[in-house]
Amino acid sequence: MERAIDLEIQKLKERILLMGGYVEKAIEEATQALIDREPERFEKVHEYETIINRSHIEVDEACLRLLARQSPLAADLRLIVAVIKINTDLERMGDQAVNISHNGKRYLERPPLKPLIDLPRMSQEVRVMVRAALDAFVKRDSVMAADVLQRDDSVDALKHHIFQELIAYMGKDPTTIEQALNLILIARNLERLGDHATNIAEDVIFAVTGKDVRHGAHNPSRRVAKPSGKAKT
Amino acid sequence: MSGTRDIVITQTILDAKNINAWFGSVHAIRDISLPVEKNTVTAMIGPSGCGKSTFLRCLNRLHEEVAGARVEGQVLLSGEDIYGPGTDPVAIRRKIGMVFQKPNPFPSMSIFNNVAVGLRLAGMGNKALLAETVEKSLKQAALWNEVKDKLKAPGTSLSGGQQQRLCVARALAVNPPVLLMDEPTSALDPISTAKIEELLIELKKEVTVVIVTHNMQQAARISDRTAFFLLGELIEYDDTSRLFTNPRDKRTEDYITGRFG
Repeated sequence: MERAIDLEIQKLKERILLMGGYVEKAIEEATQALIDREPERFEKVHEYETIINRSHIEVDEACLRLLARQSPLAADLRLIVAVIKINTDLERMGDQAVNISHNGKRYLERPPLKPLIDLPRMSQEVRVMVRAALDAFVKRDSVMAADVLQRDDSVDALKHHIFQELIAYMGKDPTTIEQALNLILIARNLERLGDHATNIAEDVIFAVTGKDVRHGAHNPSRRVAKPSGKAKT
Repeated sequence: MSGTRDIVITQTILDAKNINAWFGSVHAIRDISLPVEKNTVTAMIGPSGCGKSTFLRCLNRLHEEVAGARVEGQVLLSGEDIYGPGTDPVAIRRKIGMVFQKPNPFPSMSIFNNVAVGLRLAGMGNKALLAETVEKSLKQAALWNEVKDKLKAPGTSLSGGQQQRLCVARALAVNPPVLLMDEPTSALDPISTAKIEELLIELKKEVTVVIVTHNMQQAARISDRTAFFLLGELIEYDDTSRLFTNPRDKRTEDYITGRFG
């Protein structure tokens, strides 16, 4: 039976997917501009962020309307609560893409410190995570969402490797500090993006199964060890 | 039995065990067991005809008043079977009160007498004590302030919401440990409904409430536990917050999300 709420939920899913698409593009554009050393392309990231911000407000409004008018329960209620949270994560991901472009701009003002190898990998991995988390959301697939949680470990490992490498550069030659710091900040931005994608995957698992897997709940071995904690900014 | 699962009941006041009920040859309630926790509100929900009202009426021996109706099973009130041999159904209904869908104050009686009648029938002759108990009951039913200056007016002169609270006061007057309510707000406007709901939350400190409601939001707002009935069976019985956010049975999910019923 088709219910009034089904159509509204379908619209919400489409909006979230569209927003996720812009987040992916923003991350890709920000990293690619850095790799190709084309700072003018960072402007595009700002354009995407504006679209994401507008969508952020619209999705929240749509959720509020649904809560007020349909009084959703059970899976419907969990889904809308998850959408509210996913919406926030996507908006912050847009902000992080902008942060990458700010840090990238500063980096491109000087000659390159080194060939960029791990940063593009991190960016690629994060985009895969966002896409998989949102696919899992649309398909209501908690197994797919759980796989995203595992992927975050490889993003964290890449960040760790980048940090070590850049610390070595700075140790050897203090004149590299400013450029190395710019790259460290970008690695940090990408790591945060991975955390947001992880949050989304956790919200998908909650929406689908009703299980709260955040902060190591239901799988203590996984999340407790992570020192950086959850994405907040 | 389905339903009770890992729900934790610390103090059972009313314990329905393997209740079966029939209207003639129609098997309306099928082997339902449901323990009710003391000082809680327990809501019973389900589509029309699912048996929730019939089950409620089994809990104070009202079901058997219908011609051709019968009940099997046990209902223990603080450990004593209300269907035990020699048990007086009228005495049981004094301990397990009932408020119905439509407010039904006695039309020929004043507000005061509507509340006092049960006490008089129970043998209370002392006028001062009677007046004191009527006042206490009307206060418990959150009606005192609205009627204290017109206790002699007919009960039927009150608004629908006030009449329903008068019925609650009447039921409370004889100090029942359990109060059953069969869709008590379905004939009331939202303001009167809100008053009854507030009243229930207040009342459960002293009385255990079992309520049948068609309004799922009402069940979600006021009850501690919720039981979902379908086709005469108890499908799921759980803490209300869990049942409405993460029901375990697909049929419960489908019903509360409006996929059927």
